[in-house]
Amino acid sequence: MDGGCSGDMAAEFGDEPHVLAVDDNLIDRKLVEKLLKNSSCKVTTAENGLRALEYLGLASDKRNALDGTVSKVNLIITDYCMPGMTGYELLKKIKESSVLREVPVVIMSSENVPTRISQCLQEGAQMFMLKPLKQSDVKRLECYLMRCRS
Amino acid sequence: MDLVQLQRQLVDYKTSLYNEGFLDEQFTQLQELQDENNPDFVVEVVSLFFEDSERLLNELTKALEQQSVDFKRVDAHVHQLKGSSSSIGAQRVQKVCIAFRNYCEEQNIEGCVKCLQQVRHEYSLVKTKLESMFQLQQQILSAGGSIPM
Repeated sequence: MDGGCSGDMAAEFGDEPHVLAVDDNLIDRKLVEKLLKNSSCKVTTAENGLRALEYLGLASDKRNALDGTVSKVNLIITDYCMPGMTGYELLKKIKESSVLREVPVVIMSSENVPTRISQCLQEGAQMFMLKPLKQSDVKRLECYLMRCRS
Repeated sequence: MDLVQLQRQLVDYKTSLYNEGFLDEQFTQLQELQDENNPDFVVEVVSLFFEDSERLLNELTKALEQQSVDFKRVDAHVHQLKGSSSSIGAQRVQKVCIAFRNYCEEQNIEGCVKCLQQVRHEYSLVKTKLESMFQLQQQILSAGGSIPM
């Protein structure tokens, strides 16, 4: 890890970094929220890809590209296996958006499937993490939240 | 029973839960997430797990009772249960879920029914044990003590 990444993100950032966490499992949502809050992040959770897109202003019925030229969130962390829209499909939609494509996206999964991992990384995911997440996993995200260069 | 005895009893009880495979490292992680801002975090998450698991077990029962079993649907529920049990460290429940998913893939109804029984059993065991542990913790707190971690 880059030596420039310190622990107190709120101080570095001025404002707390805002993370959108997407997971269809209630317990996992609660867990990831706590992990992120313990790292001084503001957290919004969504229970599926569609809700996430709605929150981000990317839902298909809204064509207002000018509605927020600055993204509301600094990081998106999403589960891979979700009903309706997978985390991969969500990732693609985010990368297609001119407003949101720069937002780092992290994919989580309980399954270690190499083809799945490379597919996500190729599509532009910043990182792939195995569930269940631990505090040390969230520490690895600090660089993206402070925009450190490695 | 005095405070020190209660605390010792709690430590021994927790240790046995880990040794017998009811809980794994992930439960420790969960406890480490708890702080003064959220002193009930573990109890809250575990309670959510209980509610969610009971819902899933009911759904699984219904799904396996159908004339024509929808294995995709069964698998989806087991996947959820596997995920939550893994996230709170309920290792024995998680292990049965892994076997359960294999039977779903094989579309083996007998195997699925057997696994459902097993997972109900393991769930019920870990629920009882966690509730006992929480009760013990509460006794310690009520006696003015702190929870040994």
